[in-house]
Amino acid sequence: MELDFKLLKNVLIVTVQGEIDMYNTDYMRSSIDNYLDQQSISYLVLNLEKVGFIDSSGLGIIIGRYKKMKANGGKVYIVGANPSVEKILVFSGINKIIPLYKNEQEITDI
Amino acid sequence: MNVKNYINIEFQSLPENVAFARTCVGAFASQLDCTLEEIEEIKLAVSEAVSNSIIHGYKKRANEKISIYTALLDNRTVEIVIQDSGCGIDDIEKALEPAYSSEPGRMGLGFTFMKSFMDELEVQSQLGEGTIVKLKRSFLSNQEEDLT
Repeated sequence: MELDFKLLKNVLIVTVQGEIDMYNTDYMRSSIDNYLDQQSISYLVLNLEKVGFIDSSGLGIIIGRYKKMKANGGKVYIVGANPSVEKILVFSGINKIIPLYKNEQEITDI
Repeated sequence: MNVKNYINIEFQSLPENVAFARTCVGAFASQLDCTLEEIEEIKLAVSEAVSNSIIHGYKKRANEKISIYTALLDNRTVEIVIQDSGCGIDDIEKALEPAYSSEPGRMGLGFTFMKSFMDELEVQSQLGEGTIVKLKRSFLSNQEEDLT
């Protein structure tokens, strides 16, 4: 798995590449939390355009980051999920608390 | 139903083997007349079952064994049996409840995904002995779909 971080003022954009399962969730959690703990971030954008697979371990990481952001008054967005990843996000109900967008340009409330 | 083809794989209870397991079963199941989307659903179910074995069955101990038997039945059904020799499940009924997890911080969606994306889910478990998860999924061939 590869993670690419882009920090624009108080917006952190994390582009994830690869498959998200229990093997890489610890790495994903600690890498993102490292930014969230050290910077003043109000908006976390998870770009899943290059993610080919996600299971419930991966969903757990996303929910965990959502809770962390929400506790500090921040917001989380998911962009670019392919149809099979989007199906899992919708099936789990994550889309009811974290909005899904096709791309970063579609997010208008940042 | 007749077994047309089968494989047995056995691997160490390491997180890096979860991807290997689902990819292997998915590639084997693709011999059946099914869509890529259906293969993705099978891979998800396998990923959940193997993760359960590692996280809950073996409490992340790395030197344990997980085996998967995958069979193609009558050219339209895939049967997958995931077996571990871990701690077993205390209350199977509770474990199958959506959003239940014995570990705080986990979503408890593993069995829900297995149940939802496969046609059949059977769980056999004995405390201190291990757990066997049987999954089955059937596909209509493209020809049959045309007739419906």
